[in-house]
Amino acid sequence: MKLDARIPGGPIQQKWDTRKFELKLVNPANKRKYKVLVVGSGLAGASAAASLAELGYQVECFCFQDSPRRAHSIAAQGGINAAKNYRNDGDSIWRLFYDTVKGGDFRAREANVYRLAQLSVNIIDQAVAQGVPFARDYGGLLDNRSFGGAQVSRTFYARGQTGQQLLLGAYAALSRQIGLGAVKMFPRTEMLDLVVVDGHAKGIVVRDLVTGEVRSHAGDAVVLATGGYGNVFYLSTNAKGCNVTATWRAHKRGAGFANPCYTQIHPTCIPVSGDHQSKLTLMSESLRNDGRVWVPKKAADKRPPAQIPDEERDYYLERKYPSFGNLAPRDIASRAAKQVCDEGRGIGDTGLGVYLDFRDSIARLGKDAIAARYGNLFHMYAKITAEDPYSQPMRIFPAVHYTMGGLWVDYDLQSTIPGLFVLGEANFSDHGANRLGASALMQGLADGYFVIPYTIGGYLAGQKPGAVKVDHPQFAAVSGQVAELTRRLLSIQGKRTVDDFHKALGKIMWGKCGMARNERGLQEALREIPALREQFWRDVRVLGAGEGVNQSLEKAGRVADFLEFGELMCRDALERRESCGGHFREEWQDDGEARRDDAAFCHAAVWEYRGPGQAPVRHEEPLEFENVHLAVRSYK
Amino acid sequence: MSWLFDFWRSSIGGKVTMAITGLLLFGFVLAHLLGNLQLLAGPEKLNAYAKMLADTGALLWVARIGLLAVFVLHVVTAIRLARGNRAARPVAYAKEATVQATFASRSMVFSGLSLLVFVVYHLLHFTFGVTNPEHYARKGAGAGGHDVYAMVTQSFAVPAIAIAYAAFQIVLFLHLRHGMQSLAQTLGLNHGRYTPMIRTLSFLLAALIAGGNLLLALSVQLGLVEVAR
Amino acid sequence: MKVVLHIWRQQKRATPQDPKQDGRMVRYELDHVSPDMSFLEMLDVLNERLIGKGEDPVAFDHDCREGVCGSCGVVIDGVPHGPERGTTTCQLHMRSFRDGAEIWVEPWRAKAFPVLRDLVVDRSAFDKVVQAGAFVSVNTGAPQDANAIPVPKADADRAFDAATCIGCGACVAACKNASAMLFVGAKVSHFLHLPQGRVERETRARNLVAAMDAAGFGNCTNQLECEAVCPKEIPVRVIAEMNREFVRARLVEQPASGKRVGGDG
Repeated sequence: MKLDARIPGGPIQQKWDTRKFELKLVNPANKRKYKVLVVGSGLAGASAAASLAELGYQVECFCFQDSPRRAHSIAAQGGINAAKNYRNDGDSIWRLFYDTVKGGDFRAREANVYRLAQLSVNIIDQAVAQGVPFARDYGGLLDNRSFGGAQVSRTFYARGQTGQQLLLGAYAALSRQIGLGAVKMFPRTEMLDLVVVDGHAKGIVVRDLVTGEVRSHAGDAVVLATGGYGNVFYLSTNAKGCNVTATWRAHKRGAGFANPCYTQIHPTCIPVSGDHQSKLTLMSESLRNDGRVWVPKKAADKRPPAQIPDEERDYYLERKYPSFGNLAPRDIASRAAKQVCDEGRGIGDTGLGVYLDFRDSIARLGKDAIAARYGNLFHMYAKITAEDPYSQPMRIFPAVHYTMGGLWVDYDLQSTIPGLFVLGEANFSDHGANRLGASALMQGLADGYFVIPYTIGGYLAGQKPGAVKVDHPQFAAVSGQVAELTRRLLSIQGKRTVDDFHKALGKIMWGKCGMARNERGLQEALREIPALREQFWRDVRVLGAGEGVNQSLEKAGRVADFLEFGELMCRDALERRESCGGHFREEWQDDGEARRDDAAFCHAAVWEYRGPGQAPVRHEEPLEFENVHLAVRSYK
Repeated sequence: MSWLFDFWRSSIGGKVTMAITGLLLFGFVLAHLLGNLQLLAGPEKLNAYAKMLADTGALLWVARIGLLAVFVLHVVTAIRLARGNRAARPVAYAKEATVQATFASRSMVFSGLSLLVFVVYHLLHFTFGVTNPEHYARKGAGAGGHDVYAMVTQSFAVPAIAIAYAAFQIVLFLHLRHGMQSLAQTLGLNHGRYTPMIRTLSFLLAALIAGGNLLLALSVQLGLVEVAR
Repeated sequence: MKVVLHIWRQQKRATPQDPKQDGRMVRYELDHVSPDMSFLEMLDVLNERLIGKGEDPVAFDHDCREGVCGSCGVVIDGVPHGPERGTTTCQLHMRSFRDGAEIWVEPWRAKAFPVLRDLVVDRSAFDKVVQAGAFVSVNTGAPQDANAIPVPKADADRAFDAATCIGCGACVAACKNASAMLFVGAKVSHFLHLPQGRVERETRARNLVAAMDAAGFGNCTNQLECEAVCPKEIPVRVIAEMNREFVRARLVEQPASGKRVGGDG
C-alpha cells in the first residue's frame, strides 16, 4: 500500500491555493457526462452532493434513513467554529489551526488542518446565505460563544440545535438539486459494497431497505460520507443506525483504514439506567461552565448527595487541574471520571457516575439565571431521569461520542483506492487523536462544500466518463457476494439475537478498548472478539426474508462488520504504544496524564486488509510538524 | 378567470373561499337577526320592515341571488374540502383521541350539513310558504301584501316549530363559534395578543346571534309577543 | 411494571388501492418493563422476546433517540408521540404510563404516508414539498460576508422557531384531516423572516402549496391538533403566515411581464 499524502509544496498558507491551481479542470460542457455516487447525506454528504450537482455533475446520493434530513449530523448541539474574529478577541486562521493541531495532540496532518481553518470562514457565509438561523445579537449581527475550552469566542450556534440547522441548510441545497433533477436521491438505501474496476472505485452495490432488492450503481467516482463507527461500543451518543459498514467494506476492497483506535469519549452524558439502555444521551459540555464535578471522598458512600458535607466531597477536577478546573478538555475530564469510579467512589446504583452540581451556582446567581442558561438541558435531563437537577446534582458519566479514525485520505480526500473519496467523520484527516468541541460540523461542511468540488475534478479530468457500466462483470460478482451474505445471515437461524451479540461486543470494547487501554486487556479482547464473531456466524437468529423491510437483517449486516472492525480497532490500540488524545494506554502515563511518544509514534497508522483470517498490515504515514512545535499538552 | 378557479381549487384557496363566504354569510345572519328583532316591537314595525325590503324590488333579487351564490359557494367548497379530507386518511385509527380540538371545530361538517337542511326548511317555511301554508296565507301590510308578523307568531305558537327553530340555534352557535375564529386564522390573522381576543369575540358573536334567534323562536312561548289573531 | 400492547402489524406494503393490506391490531403482553425505559426501548424489549419466540419483530422507524432526527413516531393511544407534550416517542418514558396500562400503538395514518410495514410509513411526501422550494436558491461558492446583511434578532428568532421542525410528521398524523399545513407553514415561516429567504417568497408560497396539495394531504380546518402534538411545539401562527403568503402570491402580486428588452447577447 502506497501512502502518498500529496501535500502541495510551499508555505502552509498557500498550499490550498497552489493545489487548486494544480488541479486539472473538467470542461463545463463535459461535467454532465460524469456521474458521482455520494453515499451518506449528513453535513459532508449532503453538501458534497449539492455542490457537485451545482457544478454540473450527475449525482446520485444514497442514505439509509427515510430522508436525507435525518442523518446524525442533526444531533450536534453546541456549535461550529470559524476563524471570523468578529469578536476582535485575537482569533485568526492561524490560531484556529494551532488550537486544532494541539487539541488533536499533534496527531493530525498540518496542511489539512490549516486548510480547514481557512475554509471555516466560508462555511459561515454559505450557511447564512442559505437561511440558517444562527443566533444573533441585538444589532442583528451573528453571535459567538466560547466553547470547548477555547480562549476566544469563535463558535457560531443556533440555540442547542446547530447541527440540525446546518444540516437543514445542506439538505435544502440538496433538495433544490433533487427538484431540479440534478441529483437522484435514494433514501432507505444502504451501501453494502464497493465495486473496484482496474484499481479504481467505479460503483457501489446497495440494498433497497424497502423492497430488499440488491442493486448496482455505476459511477465515475464514489464519495463516502458515512460517518463514524462509535456504535462498535453498542452504547454511544450516536444514532442507532450509525455503522461502519460502508467504510469497512471499502476497506476490505483496498482502502486503508487509519487510526481506528482514536475514539472520543464525551465526559457529560446521562449514565446508563439499566440493561434495556439502547443509547446514551449527551448533556451539552456548556454545563461545565457553571456545574462543579465531584464524588464522595469515601468509597461506596451511598448517602444522598445533600447529606454529604463539603469536606467529604472531592471536587477532583478542580483539585487536579487548578487552572482549567471543571473546564478541562473532554479526554482529560472523561479519564478523571473513570479514575474515581475505578476507586469505588462512583455514585448512583451502578457506581458508574459522578455528580455535576449546580448548588453553588444557584446560590450565587439564583435559580432563574441558571434556568435562563440551561433551562432546556435541565428539562431534558429531568425528562429522561425523573430527577430535578435544580434540587439535586445531575449524575453524569462519559460516553463514546465521536471517532477521529477513519479511512485514510490524502490531501485531496482521496483514499488509497483512486476514485474513492472520503469526507467528514468517515475519514481520519483533521482531528488527530482528539477532536475539539464545535469542530466536527466545521470539518464535514468544509469537506463537502469547499474541498471535494475542486479535488474530484482533478481526478475526473483524467478519467473517461461513463467508462464502466453496471453490466461490467465485476458488478455481478460483487452483488453476488452481497446476496450470499444476506442468504447466510438468514440461514443460520440460531438462538441469540443480533442485539445480544452487539451488546456483548460493546461490553468487550468498552471494557478493554474504551477510556483506558492496556496490553493485557487488548490481548484479551483480541481473543474474545474473534470467538464472539465465530459464535455470531453460528448462532445468530435473523428472522424474515431478504425481501421487504427487515430491520433485523439490516442490523445483522452492520453488527457482522462491527465484529470484524472491533478487532482491528483493538489491534491498532495495542500497536500504538503511547498515550495521545482519546487513546490512553495505562502503561504510558505520568500520574494519570497521557504521555506521548513522538519519537516512535508521530505518524498515522494505516491498516491494509489482507483477506479473511489474514493479519492486516500496518503502514505508517509520518506526520511532519513544520509550523507547530510538538509540545506536551498540559492543563494543570 | 382560470387563475381564480385554480386558486379556488388549491387547499388554501378553498379555505380562503370558506372564510370569505363565511364572513359574508355571517354578515347576512347578523343583519337578518337585527331586522327580525323588530318582531319584539310589534306587528306594525315588523310588517313595515318587511314591506320596505320587498319594495326594493330588483335590488332585493340582486341581493338574494348574490346571497344564494355565496351560500352555494360556501357549501360546494365545503363539500370539496371535506371529501378531500376524508380521502386523505383512508385507514382510520383503531383508537381515536383528541387533545385540544373543540367539539365545535370537530363538528363543522355535521353542523354545516344540519344548517343546510335547516335553511332549506326555513325557506320553505317562511319564504315560500310550503310547509305551513296556513300561516303564510293571511293578508296584511307586510311584504307582498301578506302579514309577516302573523306568519311568524302563528308558527312559533306551534311548540314543535318553536323547539325545532330553537334547537337549530345551538347548531348555528357551534358553527359560528368555530367559523368566526377559524376564518381569522385562514385569512392570516394570528397574533399572540389578538388571537385570544378573536376567540372570545367569536364566542360572544356566535352566542349573540344564536341567543337573539333563540329569543325570537321562543318569543311566543315565553309570552314576549302576542300571536296575531 | 406490566403493560398490554395493541400494535398494528402489517406485512405487506400499502398501495393506493389497498392501504390496509393484511394489517390488523395484535395484542401482546409485556412484563418486567422498567419505568426508566423509553417507549422505544420497551419496543426493543418486546422485539427481543418476539425473536426469541420465532415471531417477526415489530418494525418501527427510529434513529437518534434523542428527539431531534424526526425518524421515530407512532400514535400512542390515539395521540402521535403519546401523552407528554413537546416530546418525541423516543423521549417518552414508560413512567408516563401506569402499571397494567393497555396501550394502543399505530402508525401515522395518512394517504400521503403509506405504511411500508407495521409502524413504518413512507414520509417522502415531505421531501417532495421541500424540493419544490423550501430553500434559498444559492449555489455553493462565495456569497457575501455572513454579517453583510444584519437580521433583527427578533426575526432570526422567529425564523428559528419555525426552523426547529424535525419533519417527523406528527402534525399530519394528529390532524383530523391528515393535513400537512403545520409542516409546510413552518417552511414558509422559516424563510419568510429572513432577508435571504424573502427574495423567493412568491414562488416559494406557490410551489410549496402546490406540492403539498399534489401529495394528497387534507385541508386545514383550524382544529389545532397539530400544534398540540408537535414535539417542537411549533405554533399554528406559521399556518396563518403561509395563508397570507399564498394569497399574496396568488391574488395580490401581479406576475412579472417576463418581457425581454434588447438582445440577449
